[in-house]
Amino acid sequence: MSLSAKDKATVKDFWAKVSGKADTLGADALFRMLTVYPQTKTYFAHWKDLSATSPQVKKHGKTVMGGVSDAVATIDDLTGGLVSLSELHAFTLRVDPSNFKLLSHCIMVVFAGNFPGEFTPEVHLCMDKFMQALARALSEKYR
Amino acid sequence: MVQWSDSERSIITSIFSSLDYEDIGPKALCRCLIVYPWTQRYFGAYGNLYNPAAIKSNPLIAAHGVKVLHGLDRAVKNMDDIKATYAELSVLHSEKLHVDPDNFRLLADCLTIVIAAKMGSAFTCDVQAALQKFVAVVKCLWEEFNGTLLPEVLSVSTVALYYSHVNKCMNKKLKKKCAYFRFY
Repeated sequence: MSLSAKDKATVKDFWAKVSGKADTLGADALFRMLTVYPQTKTYFAHWKDLSATSPQVKKHGKTVMGGVSDAVATIDDLTGGLVSLSELHAFTLRVDPSNFKLLSHCIMVVFAGNFPGEFTPEVHLCMDKFMQALARALSEKYR
Repeated sequence: MVQWSDSERSIITSIFSSLDYEDIGPKALCRCLIVYPWTQRYFGAYGNLYNPAAIKSNPLIAAHGVKVLHGLDRAVKNMDDIKATYAELSVLHSEKLHVDPDNFRLLADCLTIVIAAKMGSAFTCDVQAALQKFVAVVKCLWEEFNGTLLPEVLSVSTVALYYSHVNKCMNKKLKKKCAYFRFY
């Protein structure tokens, strides 16, 4: 399920539309994941506050979307572009890769909620493929 | 038995009472067939699914989308006994239609996204959490009826027998279209 040239163009085009709100979208998506899939809270046990207004949640949501933005910029070589993030997730954070699709789904939900007209099924397809490719690149260093 | 809080019941009932099934059903099913094209394997007799435009304008798909929403409506109206409500439908989907239970998750994810697009800011985290629980319960009950057929609990030889049985049941036309079966 690799990204075609058309997929990449669609991803870049849609990202250009949403990137202005990336910080709030990231915070919303992260909080949604923590609420809808409570098992993901295990990775954030060191945070005192896991509420929607938590400065840590907001900051981390912004960090996550920064990573997605970097991935869009290196879409032609996701594995190479995300090598340091992959090492971080593999050796330091040790996040089970099955959780990547949970956050990805929540990101799709916030896209749909904030951009209902733009997030058509065709765009959804390309973004879903992209997030899967991103997750694969992030898992590269695990073993 | 699944325990529903008053808040969860109220949220689920409210979501579904606000939906136009004639609109949301087709949108959710079309999105699933477009975003996860392998799900088209179950719709070989539904006519032209060649591209997203064809899928979106296919009246049989639209009608089936409405049917799916009405099916979920039955669970909404019987939240304390979803298992009995779905007994017949579960057997139909497993024994006759041979639907991979994981595909229900894909359809559920697409339905969530379509509902999020419709509700906008009203689709809060608590609303999403309640909906996620509802669709997870529905999916678990499907899997329970499919339980003896889940590959991870069967030996390799039994899995091979299962897929061989499925293979024989599918009509030749669908078999040709479906790369999934080229392994068996």
